[in-house]
Amino acid sequence: MLTFEYFLQQLVTGLANGMLITLVAIGYTLVYGIVEMINFAHGDVFMLGAFSSVTTLQALGAQAVKRVANKDQPPIPETYLWLVVALITSMVFCATLNVLIERLAYRRLRRGSRMAPLISAIGVSFILQNVGIYWKGVSPINFPRYIPQIDLVKAFGIDSFVRVTTKDVFVFVVTVPLVIALTLFIQRTKLGKAMRATAQDRDAAQLMGIDINRTIALTFLLGGALAGAAGLVSGLYNNTAGFQMGFSYGLNSFTAAVLGGIGNLNGAMLGGVFIGILGAMSDGYLDARWTPVVIFGTLNLVLIIRPSGILGQDLAERA
Amino acid sequence: MQTDIRMTPGRRSYVEEPADPQQTRNRILQATAFAFVVAYPFLDLLFGWQALLAFIPMMLMITLALGLNIVVGYAGLLDLGYAAFYAIGAYAAAFFTSPNSPLASVLPGSPFAWMQDFWVSMVMAVLVAGCAGAILGAPTLRLRGDYLALVTLGFGEIVPRLVKNLEPWTKGVKGMSPIGRPYLFGCQFGVDPCEILGMKLKLGMIPYYYLTLIVGAISIFAIIRLRNSRLGRAWAAIRDDETAAQGMGINPVTTKLWAFSLGASFSGATGAIFGAYLQTISPDQFEYSTSVIVLCMVILGGTGNIWGVMLGGLLIQSFDRIFAERLTGWVHKAGALTGDPTITAAFNSFDLLKSRLLVFGLCLVLIMNLRPQGILPNRKRRETALTDLPEDDVAPDEAVMIAGATVPTEKPR
Amino acid sequence: MTTSNASGDVVLDVTGLTKRFGGLVAVDSVDFQVRRRQIVSLIGPNGAGKTTFFNMVAGQYEPSAGRVVFDGKSLHGLRPHQITARGIGRTFQNIRLFTNETLLENVLVGMHSRLKSGPLASLLRLPSQRREEGEAREKGMALLHLVKLDQYANEAAGNLPYGMQRRLEMARALASEPQLLLLDEPTAGMNPQETVNMISLIRRVRDEFGVAVLLIEHDMQVVMGLSERVTVLNYGQKIAEGTPLDVQRNDNVIEAYLGRRHKRPGDEEADGGTH
Repeated sequence: MLTFEYFLQQLVTGLANGMLITLVAIGYTLVYGIVEMINFAHGDVFMLGAFSSVTTLQALGAQAVKRVANKDQPPIPETYLWLVVALITSMVFCATLNVLIERLAYRRLRRGSRMAPLISAIGVSFILQNVGIYWKGVSPINFPRYIPQIDLVKAFGIDSFVRVTTKDVFVFVVTVPLVIALTLFIQRTKLGKAMRATAQDRDAAQLMGIDINRTIALTFLLGGALAGAAGLVSGLYNNTAGFQMGFSYGLNSFTAAVLGGIGNLNGAMLGGVFIGILGAMSDGYLDARWTPVVIFGTLNLVLIIRPSGILGQDLAERA
Repeated sequence: MQTDIRMTPGRRSYVEEPADPQQTRNRILQATAFAFVVAYPFLDLLFGWQALLAFIPMMLMITLALGLNIVVGYAGLLDLGYAAFYAIGAYAAAFFTSPNSPLASVLPGSPFAWMQDFWVSMVMAVLVAGCAGAILGAPTLRLRGDYLALVTLGFGEIVPRLVKNLEPWTKGVKGMSPIGRPYLFGCQFGVDPCEILGMKLKLGMIPYYYLTLIVGAISIFAIIRLRNSRLGRAWAAIRDDETAAQGMGINPVTTKLWAFSLGASFSGATGAIFGAYLQTISPDQFEYSTSVIVLCMVILGGTGNIWGVMLGGLLIQSFDRIFAERLTGWVHKAGALTGDPTITAAFNSFDLLKSRLLVFGLCLVLIMNLRPQGILPNRKRRETALTDLPEDDVAPDEAVMIAGATVPTEKPR
Repeated sequence: MTTSNASGDVVLDVTGLTKRFGGLVAVDSVDFQVRRRQIVSLIGPNGAGKTTFFNMVAGQYEPSAGRVVFDGKSLHGLRPHQITARGIGRTFQNIRLFTNETLLENVLVGMHSRLKSGPLASLLRLPSQRREEGEAREKGMALLHLVKLDQYANEAAGNLPYGMQRRLEMARALASEPQLLLLDEPTAGMNPQETVNMISLIRRVRDEFGVAVLLIEHDMQVVMGLSERVTVLNYGQKIAEGTPLDVQRNDNVIEAYLGRRHKRPGDEEADGGTH
């Protein structure tokens, strides 16, 4: 189990986690870019996405869970269909939830002080956590093992301690297309243009006939959908979900967004991958109990030293 | 035309606010509340309310909220990691007084043995927490409001985790116990019987009650004085408009640093008392949710108004420590009364204690959206705004202006 | 009032002051002087760089080049609050009062740099602090009396109508005991009557407090009626300087305000209509 291979192994885990963090971080960054608010409840939306996925998957195919519980067996073909259904359900659920939250808890506070929406978001975060507790209980739940864990390195006949499993690949297969789709949406479509215009100057955008409320709702919708996808993928990747995962994942993702330069899509990706790797390295070389300290230490250092982040520019300029 | 707006022309006693009936009523209210609080332990004994043990942490939390109000309400800085300073105060005191602390092997017999006294440790806790506030504040206070909130949140997450992880010094998740008790007039707090003037008394937790009360009262006193001082005005100015405040000669960094540091020092004192009262402290008492509950107390009652903060604290704490439990009990009893097993089971599943954070979350959202200024709004924004006044009440003649005639006689327009 | 021309009489001495924002030069090497007890106006079309110039003097912006000497000492690198403490008081173009505080408290905030009591003295209510606080309140009331707002001393500033807010801002700026008062469009949005009153107030403040006044103004009635000297900026550059009459007759100024077409030497009406 030697040093370089161990390092590579942590890198693989870190990259996969980093992609998940990126999905959640994009939600923070999009919302911040447009309404300049930290949507503190975003991590908890992600958590509820994971919960809703569990519910959907359980409802769809309880027996399939048994079939693939033996993790080295390839899944039955219907599983893929169910996964797609669960993915869409979770994305729709989280998108709707996020839009609702914006409408009910943030919209009135848009013009006031910067603190008010943040405090409201903290409140929403507590509410969502309790919803999570009512839904699935206090202790972490097992997530169905739909994705088999087949070591691809071995499958290719290479003998190494490093394992790149089908699970790792699954994370990339879902997250990368989503990120690309979002980027194209923002760059190419009329609605994306409206978002960029609103991010740059809300009043001017309004004067140009852009419906601000709808654009902001759209932003929350997109962020929520990505969080929903991340909820499902993270559940399948880590095989566990709990009501507190929103808080910790949320803060990691927020750190990623800030690190990359909040409001900046590329920054969120860069930051997400960085934080994912940093977390895995800290897990691997220090101890998992130090990882939150490392991440929060990074957040604070970034905020103090370079609050604009690595690619600190507007969403509008760099989307 | 506007005769009803209470304006007393000329120079009056402006040093004191004019006595109006509202104020007299407030004074009476305050005096009654004060008398009740002072007499409470005896009333509790007399009527058997058995809520003394709930009252002590309640008052400590309210004192904590008063300290946070300096930061959030007066200086307008959102601090999401206030519990970290509370932890720092509690652990600082425990370090000096607990037989389990690393200092316990060094201090006794050394010239610093006097530091093991509770009262000394409390002062130390105040100083250490105040310094921690200044140390965190110094690099971060030039950040914008929401970024500052996140830095404090990060700090609030780091401190309990450090406490957990640095086991050799802090005893990790197990926490530190026991902690030195205050000792006064031959009486050790919380240890019966107490011997005062040759009498053996069973006081229970009453000494802690009065200690908390006195510290709380001193805090209120100090905060009112600070609010009405040069520094207090600077806080308000920075909160309202930082650029204008700088233009008035106010150094924003030192002004905020004072708020951070003074606010933190209040939590230092409460932390020390809290530890001695519970006789044990552990990192989970100082987590994020504690910070948010204290923030909730500040916001619910009325940010920036100490009476509002106390009211908010009283509401939230009495819900948290008394009513949530009793309400749950009542609901369960009501369920049992129906006699129907399914209804009983349904009623029994109701547990307010489990959803206390839900209640606080709702509370934050509702206040922000419906009444952001809290139950008792900050200060004197009068209902009758002066906007009914003429645009300019200065007599039209320039000569009159220079002569300095004051009283606006008639209103053009 | 403005008698001596000796250099010791100069309270504000600006040389080569420049501010660039990216490629844009908002203020371009402007030389400028204000003498003690002098009332000087800075005028120019919108976007000429007047407020930028102000913000550099007050320390809000750091100059890209050039220097500001106030009362014989350089202001280089000083933060706005330090500059206020040195003796430059200011008002803002879009009134920036502390709206939740009372009028008296607003003025007391203005005195911040002249008061000394620290937190400890305030906590203990030391005799020195109580004396200082009492005197500050007396002085604050006197200032409110000067701007005729003393009867509203305990009202929240946000409740005042517009014209009164402008006067309160003036009192607040005076509270810092400035030697130089920067007024950014003190009569903006006022009706003619209020404007006349403001003119006399400014003049009276200069006479009673012995301050120098530098004002940005669009209203030519105010500029011509009040100032002893006028400096004109256009596209960041100083294009004219002199007595109000000189400036009114200056070709560059007329051109800057009205464009080349109207250029007619000696046309005194030309300046009146700008706004």
